[in-house]
Amino acid sequence: MKSTRAILLSASAAALVLLAGTGGAEAETLRLLTWGSYAPDKIVEAFEKKYPDIHVEVTFSNNEEMIAKLRATGGAGFDLAQPSHDRIYAVQKEYGLYKPLDLSKIDMSVFEPKLLEGVKANTTIDGKVYAVPHQWGTSGIMVDKTKAPDAKGWGDLCNSKYKGRTSMRLKRTILLGTAFSMGYDPFAAYGDLKKYQEILDKVADKLIACKDNIKAYWKGGDDLASLMLSGEVVMSETWDSTAYRIYNQNHNIVFVPPETGALAWIDTFAIPAKGEADDAAYKWINFVMQPEMVKLMSASSGAVIAVKNGKDMLPDDKKAAYEAAWTPEDVQRLKFFANIPPGVEDMEGKTLEKIKAATGG
Amino acid sequence: MSSEQANDLECEHLTKRFGAFTAVDDVSFEIPSGSFFSILGPSGCGKTTLMRMIAGFEDPAAGDIRIKGRSVLGTPPNRRNVKMVFQHLALFPMMNVGENIAYGLRCAGVGRSDIERRVRDVLERIGLPGVEGKEINQLSGGQKQRIAIARCMVLEPDVLLLDEPLGALDLKLRERMKIELKLLQHQFDTTFVYITHDQSEALVMSDRVAVMNGGRFEQIGAPQELYNAPGTAFVAGFVGDSNRWSGRVVAADAEAVQVETAGGARLLCRPGALRPAPGEAVEVFVRPEAIAIAGGGAGEGAGGNRLAGRVDSLLFNGAASRVLVRGADDRLVEVAYAPEGGPGDFGPGDAVELAWAAAQTKCFPSQG
Amino acid sequence: MPRKDADRLSLILLMTPLLLWLVLLILLPHLGIGYLSLREKVAPRVYHFSFANYIDFLHEPIYWNTLLRTAWMSILVTVLTLFVGFPIAYYIAKVAGRRSRAALFLLCLVPLWVSDLVRAFGWMMLLRETGIVSGLLQWAGLSSGPVEMLYNDVTVIVGLVYTVVLFMIVPIVSTLDGMDNSLIEAGYNLGGSRLTVLRRIIVPYAMPGIVAGCIIVFMLTAGSYLTPVLLGGKNSMWFTEQIYDQFITRYNWEGGSTFGILLLVFTSLVVWAGLRLSGQNLATTVAKR
Ligand SMILES: Nc1ncnc2c1ncn2[C@@H]1O[C@H](COP(=O)(O)OP(=O)(O)O)[C@@H](O)[C@H]1O
Ligand SMILES: [Mg+2]
Repeated sequence: MKSTRAILLSASAAALVLLAGTGGAEAETLRLLTWGSYAPDKIVEAFEKKYPDIHVEVTFSNNEEMIAKLRATGGAGFDLAQPSHDRIYAVQKEYGLYKPLDLSKIDMSVFEPKLLEGVKANTTIDGKVYAVPHQWGTSGIMVDKTKAPDAKGWGDLCNSKYKGRTSMRLKRTILLGTAFSMGYDPFAAYGDLKKYQEILDKVADKLIACKDNIKAYWKGGDDLASLMLSGEVVMSETWDSTAYRIYNQNHNIVFVPPETGALAWIDTFAIPAKGEADDAAYKWINFVMQPEMVKLMSASSGAVIAVKNGKDMLPDDKKAAYEAAWTPEDVQRLKFFANIPPGVEDMEGKTLEKIKAATGG
Repeated sequence: MSSEQANDLECEHLTKRFGAFTAVDDVSFEIPSGSFFSILGPSGCGKTTLMRMIAGFEDPAAGDIRIKGRSVLGTPPNRRNVKMVFQHLALFPMMNVGENIAYGLRCAGVGRSDIERRVRDVLERIGLPGVEGKEINQLSGGQKQRIAIARCMVLEPDVLLLDEPLGALDLKLRERMKIELKLLQHQFDTTFVYITHDQSEALVMSDRVAVMNGGRFEQIGAPQELYNAPGTAFVAGFVGDSNRWSGRVVAADAEAVQVETAGGARLLCRPGALRPAPGEAVEVFVRPEAIAIAGGGAGEGAGGNRLAGRVDSLLFNGAASRVLVRGADDRLVEVAYAPEGGPGDFGPGDAVELAWAAAQTKCFPSQG
Repeated sequence: MPRKDADRLSLILLMTPLLLWLVLLILLPHLGIGYLSLREKVAPRVYHFSFANYIDFLHEPIYWNTLLRTAWMSILVTVLTLFVGFPIAYYIAKVAGRRSRAALFLLCLVPLWVSDLVRAFGWMMLLRETGIVSGLLQWAGLSSGPVEMLYNDVTVIVGLVYTVVLFMIVPIVSTLDGMDNSLIEAGYNLGGSRLTVLRRIIVPYAMPGIVAGCIIVFMLTAGSYLTPVLLGGKNSMWFTEQIYDQFITRYNWEGGSTFGILLLVFTSLVVWAGLRLSGQNLATTVAKR
């Protein structure tokens, strides 16, 4: 009996030591919640070299999962997150996942003013700013010029000329793109959800009719790349960075900003409400916005960093792809995703389900 | 051959090898209809392998198997009219008693009402009427035994093979089942081939017994024959109890052989089929009940063997009681005695003289 | 007395991890999900107790159609897995030698060595229009043009069977292992054909293993996510995809929880019905050695 108790006691003591050990690391840890290519090893190493007492811990994710993770803990578990600019306002209002930024701790001079102002406008609540831009990119279409030379916009994905040879991702981007191609302005309708629902219904009809035209819905960048490179698909909805990557392997495959305007997103920096390493987070923000780091980041993500002349910081191959795709007019037509008001995600989700469940078309 | 005599089962030069190892080595025998035939041998001697060849689960390397005169070598196990009671009975646990017995009939396409009647009949014949609905695990060991036999007998096989079926039973039950098996065999009037390593089972039940050793048949004969006239040293040693000496032949004539044992005693014995030559190594056997014991004085029995010694101990075992006598060569000799009410004339330490006839003493050339 | 105390203590010590596991990892999350599913969002950060989420489910054919479809396809996968797995299990338990047995087991483990994602991409490489199988067919002259074998329900089913077949094999092997070979031999000896022996002796004996395997496979299949999503076609929806969408894309945790509970209840019902239909019960399945 006695010995059993002794064993129990020593076991719990050991457990306590272990617990204490995990809690009390000497170096500060920066827990970064970000996108797949937004924390390349080279940058993390350089950062840890400059700040030896900060250890960076990276978790890769996407917009939806970032929000789900932070929501599960009420904004704890991470010290810096990188949601897209349109995903902050409603989430913050509803769940309070982030804390306001202290802009005095960020070197504001490096940012491209238009993007900075845009993000600030999108993420200011009660006079407090919750995010600054990091990098941006667009969604549009990717086209094999030899097989679909005159594709111009979202609508061409449903053009029966390319029956069985197009692809898209069944997410909100294609709903918005299709709405624009049909002549609506969905962002303007965000203020009037009834009107927005009408647009969604029309879009759904169109996309259901379009199902027959589509070979498959792609689910990720790798998936999309193999569809395009194998020639199984000649045209697809795409992220520009994926298109640039593919352009490198096949110069016939180019990014085409749709004639109604490519849809632009800006991934931001935001600090979770229960983050525990704000100073380290600000250090990271300032660090990665320095010119040398911007180059490394651009090379890794393929996106344009939100610094002045960010486009010129792209590595040569990506820059070539960029230049093959964009004219100044295209840039003028860019449509930044508007803040998603509460409830819209649910409406869009239902619409997507309806499209997925519809048979044939 | 089969026209002369109705044999249910004949095996000819049957051989089975597992790799380089010969499990059954050139075995031939025939079993007349309606007899109880046992194969007796130590475990590992190839009995089960032989039986599995007859049932069709192993293909012989050489030789032939005939059932009712017809070779069954090309016949698959489920077409041979040879049924088998397995070592652990192999009653189907997912079926009740009635279904177990009906299984074979259903396989044979017997009609439903017919099956019912025949199951009822066979259960009556084995003395367990009305147990159709019982589950297998509700039966006692002896009942399972009988159900396993009934399951085969309901199919009216030409030959029933039984592979040490009493092995799992306790001693008392085993004694009873021996008799019961014999009765069942009479009742069904079917040829039984019974495998065992227990000589008493073989001797009690069988019409004929084959003694098997190392894949070969040593001797086939009626139980009395094997007991009284063993043909080889192995049979003499394996069947029944024996005192045994190793020795060397010093002289041999037509009637008897004189042997000097390793301990220096001289014994007269009756040779088997092979007459050993002087100088040859032999094994000498004599049964405990063939030895007469006399306290102190000289017994008679001219032309016999004599041995002086002291009583070492008395082993009381009812009708099978023994006296252990330590001879001059320091060997213990087992002697049967009838304890009529008590240890009688002698106790441990008494000087005694043992005597037995040369005719009761068997000697065989040593093997190996 | 002290002896008894010590026994009780060791029992408690032995049971503690199991109880902790049951309570912390199974009971509590389900209670949490059950609680969430009964909340209705009436305004940002304002919730009411209600069955609205369940009523929503009933009112939306897309949802229950998806659930039914998932169940049907899972049943189909279970049946196919049984047909594929049983002969393999029989071979491993009764025919193979000791050494090839271990090798065969390892072979069945192969699908589990790689992650779901890698496995799905493997299938995609094989089956896509410009993939290996299509290429082989054209090379062999069996097909004049490229063949698309991806993005349909057959592919999903094949992929799922491949993934879960081990979970069918292991329980069946372990029941067949306990089966005395002489039962099979007795089956033949008494005149049974191969089919009779299989149907009346081997399968009934293996029934506990078959039922256990079917339950595991059905549950795993109905709850799988990546394989049906990646291999499935334009119209194919898997119920787990719905749950994911509710939780992640639509921020609708209440709806997602409702779906989770419904999936659990519905699959349990299917298992219960399957047990009833096959005349088995969970106690004999799990308790039999
Ligand atoms: N399938 C087999 N493979 C290899 N050796 C076997 C096989 N079956 C039996 N043997 C060997 O053959 C010999 C005889 O076995 P068996 O017929 O079972 O003996 P018994 O029934 O007399 O005890 C044994 O030494 C056994 O190891
Ligand atoms: Mg044996």
